[in-house]
Amino acid sequence: MSDPLFWHRLHFGFTVTYHYLFPQLTMGLAFLIVLFKWKAFRTGSTLHDEAARFWARIFGISFAMGVVTGIPLEFQFGTNWSRFSHFAGGVIGQTLAMEGMFAFFLESTFLGLFLYGEKRFGPRMHLASAVALWLGSWLSGYFIIATNAFMQSPVGHSIGPDGRLQLEDFWAFVLNPWGIWQYLHNMTASVVTASFVVAAVGAYWSLSGRQREHATLALRTGVIAGLIASCLMVFPTGDRHGRLLAEKQPATLAAMEGLFESKPGAELAIIGQPDVMHRRLENPVVVPGMLSFLIYGSFGSTVTGLDRIPVDRWPDNIELLYYSYHVMAGLGTLFIALMALAAFLLWRGRLEETRPVLWALMLAMPFPYIATTAGWMTAELGRQPWLVYGLMRTSEGTSPRVSAGNALFTLIGFSGLYLVMGILFLYLVGREIAHGPGTPSHQTRVTRTPDLAGEVG
Amino acid sequence: MEPLWFAIVSGMLAVYVVLDGFDFGAGFLHLIVARNDTERRTVLAAIGPVWDGNEVWLLAGGGALFMAFPAAYAVGFSGFYLPLMLLLWVLILRGLSIELRGHVTDPLWAAFWDATFAIGSTFIAIVLGAALGNVLRGVPLDGTGTFHMPLFDTFWPSPHSGVLDAYTVLVGVFTLLALSGHGGLYLAMKAEGPVHDRSLRAARLSWLVAGVLFPLVTWATAQVSPELPGAAAQRPLVWILAALVAASAAALVVGLVRGRPELGFLGSAGTLFTLLGTAAAARWPVLLRSSVSPSLSLDAFQAATTQHGLRIALSWTLVGLPLACGYFVFIARLFRGKVRLET
Repeated sequence: MSDPLFWHRLHFGFTVTYHYLFPQLTMGLAFLIVLFKWKAFRTGSTLHDEAARFWARIFGISFAMGVVTGIPLEFQFGTNWSRFSHFAGGVIGQTLAMEGMFAFFLESTFLGLFLYGEKRFGPRMHLASAVALWLGSWLSGYFIIATNAFMQSPVGHSIGPDGRLQLEDFWAFVLNPWGIWQYLHNMTASVVTASFVVAAVGAYWSLSGRQREHATLALRTGVIAGLIASCLMVFPTGDRHGRLLAEKQPATLAAMEGLFESKPGAELAIIGQPDVMHRRLENPVVVPGMLSFLIYGSFGSTVTGLDRIPVDRWPDNIELLYYSYHVMAGLGTLFIALMALAAFLLWRGRLEETRPVLWALMLAMPFPYIATTAGWMTAELGRQPWLVYGLMRTSEGTSPRVSAGNALFTLIGFSGLYLVMGILFLYLVGREIAHGPGTPSHQTRVTRTPDLAGEVG
Repeated sequence: MEPLWFAIVSGMLAVYVVLDGFDFGAGFLHLIVARNDTERRTVLAAIGPVWDGNEVWLLAGGGALFMAFPAAYAVGFSGFYLPLMLLLWVLILRGLSIELRGHVTDPLWAAFWDATFAIGSTFIAIVLGAALGNVLRGVPLDGTGTFHMPLFDTFWPSPHSGVLDAYTVLVGVFTLLALSGHGGLYLAMKAEGPVHDRSLRAARLSWLVAGVLFPLVTWATAQVSPELPGAAAQRPLVWILAALVAASAAALVVGLVRGRPELGFLGSAGTLFTLLGTAAAARWPVLLRSSVSPSLSLDAFQAATTQHGLRIALSWTLVGLPLACGYFVFIARLFRGKVRLET
């Protein structure tokens, strides 16, 4: 209880994980809403227009939750991780400040227009604001991933005479190869989440025999986008990310895979629990040579195991890291299988008659959230024991004047507040889904009197 | 580079106070000037399309502080740990109140979020003022280069003061009144009928009391930070900004007296911005004043990142800041004029 480091880690881990439940939906959904709006704009389809409006309502609720849970994060670098901010602010401050300047202003401006302006400003402006929101939210994701990429694989920096990090090469820092692959992997994941949510809502309507046309559209959109995005998760984005991991963070890769011994023809563990004390996997079910093949393209290549890495550089929670990675990868594989089956049935025109698959699509909705969370846990636990890989240990980054008790107290405060918000979110989104597309259940549109006070900015 | 970045960061935070300030003021006045559901929806519709963009100035200003002066960001934010966390919780609840109220048509639901909005806005306005008071009075920065302070300790300002003492509370109350006047003018500008009339009256009363308090706040600031007036008097920029305060305040008074909320709002925005600018220009180069000993204060040169980093950031700021201002003008023009609800 008295170790501040543990509570600071849990504090950030909890608030950032909770926050990211919302943007992962809104970023992917922004993309799908643009598709609906574009189709409606080009063909005049009222069905697509109604779909866009329906998903915009879900988007609005999720976006609001994402905004308010995102504000604390920018403060928490300073409040809970002051030594880290002091050490790394000269570099990562760049991308965090750019996120505000280039992404948040864009998003917040066009959010108001998108949510309140359709009737007043017409379909062209509404489509443009949807596109701006999509770009803004995806840009925001890039700056955050670039920040994280620096912590995972620092580039473009030097260490100043005062021991603080300083920026040397801006473009190397912003175009960090680690960040580019992590970004593509992450954004594809947000499309997976949004596609699964859209497909699940379509499956629910279809199973309950309501909103027939909308059910069909949601199923078609969700399944096709979901299949494409799920495949892209594995190849090329996941594959390339894995190779970078082998190059930059061999300790992480070994721990994720439960590989305690370096060996040629390293096996890929499908099932098994790491027994760190005895340095082995319990009840392993493995594919021989597969890990070597996935990383180096040949079954005989040698993969570095934990035995070649000093214990003080091992990730400090190998079990949780191993499970997170396997949950992510396992779910990702199941997503492809489910979406491939659904896409096949869709192609044969039998999806809406095959109720077990509709049930599976409906109940699959939480799993992309779990997979994404597990993916981020893999990235963040895998980076340990480093806060900035190879440069600063996590234990050296906390705020010296903030006690364990204060960190725990505020963590409990956030937990309570976020629990209430989670209930509110589910209640409001549930209402929208039950109500379905059509007339909105609420009316807060605003209009202006024509050019009354035009001189006021 | 340090003076420039000191100006950019202070300027962005001052813009934040001016912009989010009017929706905090509107929130403080919400239950007073808007008495039924239609009127309250009018208030929310007046700030609905802009409040989120206004709040982004806090994030962007905080990001700029983090980038340019990492040491000040690190020491300041961790030193104010508990009050900042309380502020964050209230910011969250208040943001939700604006966004969620309209999603369910039910009087109890609306009443709950109306109250949350009003109480949250009031609390934040006072806390923002108290935060400014802490920056002006100083914090107990010691030889370790860090500080920690209780929420309150001695009543009168002293090196042992907590976050709240007589001085910071005074600045907090002054800020609440000023933002109430500012928000009242915004609502008078955006609303018609009874909400317009009540908002204008509230703005007059708020600015009147704030005006009466202002000499007291100025005098108290010179008491808690005795080196400030002497340093300030020698800086031409301080005098220029002070003259602009006077000009803006004149526009504000004319707007209030003649019942022209547009002029009054511009005047009050200018007054708030230049007042904060004057404080920042007088305070330069100190970012965090040590109330223990002036030699322990953290200044912009000690806290800044490298010249190279600051130059790079300046190059993208010169692109980003005009874009942000452009969006603001764009949205303000689109939503210009009176708010009217459509049912």
